[in-house]
Amino acid sequence: MAQISLRVNGQAQTVNVEADTPLLYVLRNDLGLSGPKYGCGLSQCGACTVVVGGQAVRSCNMPVSAASGKDITTVEGLGTPEKPHPLQAAFLAEQAAQCGYCTSGMIMQASALLSQNAKADDSQIREHMNGNLCRCGAYPRMVRAIKRAAKDMGA
Amino acid sequence: MSTATISRRAFLGTTGAIVIGFTLVPRLMAQEVRGPRLPGSLSKNADLDAWLRVESDGSVTVFTGKAELGQGIKTALTQIAAEELDLPIGRIHMITADTAQTPNEGYTAGSQSIQDSGSAIRQAAAEARAILVGLAAERLNTPADKLETADGAVRVPGGQSVGYGELIGGKKFAKKAEGKVKPKDTSRYTVAGTSVARLDLPNKVFGKPAFVQDIRLPGMVHGRVVQPPSYSAKLLSADEGGVARLPGVLKVMHDGSFLGVIAEREDQAIRAADALRASAKWQEEANLPDMNAMPAWLKANVDSVMRVVDGTPKPDAPVPDPISKDGVDRVEAVYSKPYIMHGSIGPSAAVAHMTGGMLTVWSHSQGVYPLRDTIALMLKMDKNRIHVIHAEGAGCYGHNAADDAAGDAAMLAAGFPDRPVRVQWMRNDEHGWEPYNSAMLLEVSAGLKDGRIAYWNYDLWSTSHGTRPRGRGPGSELTAAWHKAEAMPLPEAEINNGRHYGEHRNTDPIYDVGEARIVRHFCKKMPVRVSSTRSLGSFSNVFAIESFMDELAYRAKIDPVQFRLNHLKDDRAREVLTLAAQKAGWRERTAPAGANGNGGNGKMKGQGIAFAQYKNEKCYAAIVVDLEVDRATGVVKLLKATIAGEAGQYINPDGMANQLEGGFVQAASWALKEQVTYDKSRITSRDWAGYPIITFAEAPEVEVHLINRADLPSLGAGEAAQGPAGAAVANAIYDATGLRLRDAPLTPDKIKAAIG
Repeated sequence: MAQISLRVNGQAQTVNVEADTPLLYVLRNDLGLSGPKYGCGLSQCGACTVVVGGQAVRSCNMPVSAASGKDITTVEGLGTPEKPHPLQAAFLAEQAAQCGYCTSGMIMQASALLSQNAKADDSQIREHMNGNLCRCGAYPRMVRAIKRAAKDMGA
Repeated sequence: MSTATISRRAFLGTTGAIVIGFTLVPRLMAQEVRGPRLPGSLSKNADLDAWLRVESDGSVTVFTGKAELGQGIKTALTQIAAEELDLPIGRIHMITADTAQTPNEGYTAGSQSIQDSGSAIRQAAAEARAILVGLAAERLNTPADKLETADGAVRVPGGQSVGYGELIGGKKFAKKAEGKVKPKDTSRYTVAGTSVARLDLPNKVFGKPAFVQDIRLPGMVHGRVVQPPSYSAKLLSADEGGVARLPGVLKVMHDGSFLGVIAEREDQAIRAADALRASAKWQEEANLPDMNAMPAWLKANVDSVMRVVDGTPKPDAPVPDPISKDGVDRVEAVYSKPYIMHGSIGPSAAVAHMTGGMLTVWSHSQGVYPLRDTIALMLKMDKNRIHVIHAEGAGCYGHNAADDAAGDAAMLAAGFPDRPVRVQWMRNDEHGWEPYNSAMLLEVSAGLKDGRIAYWNYDLWSTSHGTRPRGRGPGSELTAAWHKAEAMPLPEAEINNGRHYGEHRNTDPIYDVGEARIVRHFCKKMPVRVSSTRSLGSFSNVFAIESFMDELAYRAKIDPVQFRLNHLKDDRAREVLTLAAQKAGWRERTAPAGANGNGGNGKMKGQGIAFAQYKNEKCYAAIVVDLEVDRATGVVKLLKATIAGEAGQYINPDGMANQLEGGFVQAASWALKEQVTYDKSRITSRDWAGYPIITFAEAPEVEVHLINRADLPSLGAGEAAQGPAGAAVANAIYDATGLRLRDAPLTPDKIKAAIG
């Protein structure tokens, strides 16, 4: 076990875990966050996506030690029902989900894009999101939601 | 999405003037008004208190035996209750599938929930409202017919009012539904029939606990089960002692070939399970059929041959010889589809807690009551000492591993009492062990004379589409029960002859095809694990029928839309088909574009249409697909899907549109990309690299146009797009290339080989 310092959603945290524990389990079980989801453990589906140091990463495959010292943001840190992030508001406005299991990873993946390029067009959005899988087939709605959020952020 | 509310009207389609007849409306209405028979699940449980309870604060708790699967049913049922009770949505609390609280409504499956539970809640709420008005009449000293209900209160118009909570809050109705109260006329709907936002989505968008995977109980520990590497594998040995000494490990469980571990932390449980897996020695058999020769295997393993009439296999009817007629052009085609998987994004999970001889299980099973009874048999427990509570999982689209994960958690919890045990399957487990949608073979032949179908032969081969937990022996449907030392193997497949039940769902064409001979060839053996997957046999049957309708149309040199209309009597069907064609900008044709050097050496554009009414009695859906095929690579790029749907009175149009568009994207993925792979003993498609599905960049734009029939009963819509989706894609590829692909998946390799 190692003592590891993390900065998650703006708050300093210290956890006592094996240094190679995937960040996902630390976020979910040590810090009690429910947004990042286990989907594949192989960086193939994106359900576990969080933003670390401004980049969208697969938390199922990132050792917690590698995230130490960087700013980690999960969907919980993006916004709240009272003060939603434009992406959260847009996913609700477009009802851009069915089961919603992939939603948190989708929103985090999209947030990394829009924070760098709020003018992303349809094909840039699709390309950036291509590694995040949705089995319910809600992709077309998600494209609409991300475009809506981009517009709101640019306004 | 566009919506149109229609009672009767005429509009001009691109293929000619079509008048929507209204003679059928009174007939269907007459079917609806059947007298005192109680609707849906209310007929099985008429006790009003089983369905709703007025709380003392005037809010209402509604109970349904159906479960939220991501299809939005919780929202739709809440709308129905709110409408009938004249109560704001926010003051209704919906309790779903829970063996201690809700009615037993069997499985949440088959697009039945709106009809089973929705109609029950509608009637129960209408009767409850009438009782409330009766109580208020006494209280307000005013005749009931002079009272009205609004905003959770009964009032004298413009005068006194009394809230539902004051009238009966916290007390029972203690009455049975009688079916005499008439629910609100749909023309007065203000909440049902509107696009109320999904009640479950905010929690998912803000990262609040929303799924069974997110349940955290005090003292909870983490379990993992090492699933055997193949169906035939028997455990010989594993390093139980070594693994028991790993950090955090609380227990290693070994019971026959059931091998599991419980640890304090989830990551510790995963590491321990990995170590156990690495150390385990198994004995396996090479007993799986050749994955590339399933049609031959199906033909060689038939146990039952039965004629199907009106979607219903007839055990006592003779099976006639194939029809053939002189002087008629005969057209034949053979289609096939491999095993495909549910492929939930979140692997199945459950939490189980054994304490004081009582077992509580949280599961995303589609049937909490049958799961309870099946776990009881496995653990030899009294079922009344087991409580199964539904909690949402990732979209399952049928019988995935939800029940198996619950069985695993129950096994572990029974061996490790007093602390809740959370189990989640790993990706490799879910891909390798979930029950798939059966491989199928479809042979069709028909006669064509003067542009019309003169006769129709249809033969289908399949293994089972239904191995859900039944809650009765012999044997068990749960993987844990198969693997434990006192093994309870999967019982022999049942031959189910229910109307449109499984492999024979949507076997009989909705078209006027003259004399028809439809035969089901059923194989009891299940070399590869199979069960119910969204739309069951309908996807394969509609893929075959609607591809074949296209083949016949081109053979007859008649436009595919017009050819279908020429054989379609049902006016609702005609309207949906015409609407899709019109909205998509259907280009009339009698030969495929691909016949004329389409696109030169570059991208070949094509357009295809397909249509079905789910189970020939539920939602109508027509889909037009526009796509292009890269001549050099054979890669298909979906450009646009245009869907028209009609499901009677819709409850939540945006929810219905979401189901149809998502259903299209999913089924297009099945048709273009998906195939479970296996070698002689093991499933080899064990992750998303080995079993690719449609991605963000591959999904087309989807446009949905709904028709609302406010005068007709609400029909299930959750599976209606599946069948037409696959055929519309195949038909568009034919238009683009002039090549008819009949064996799903329609991969670039096959297309390239066909282009030559």
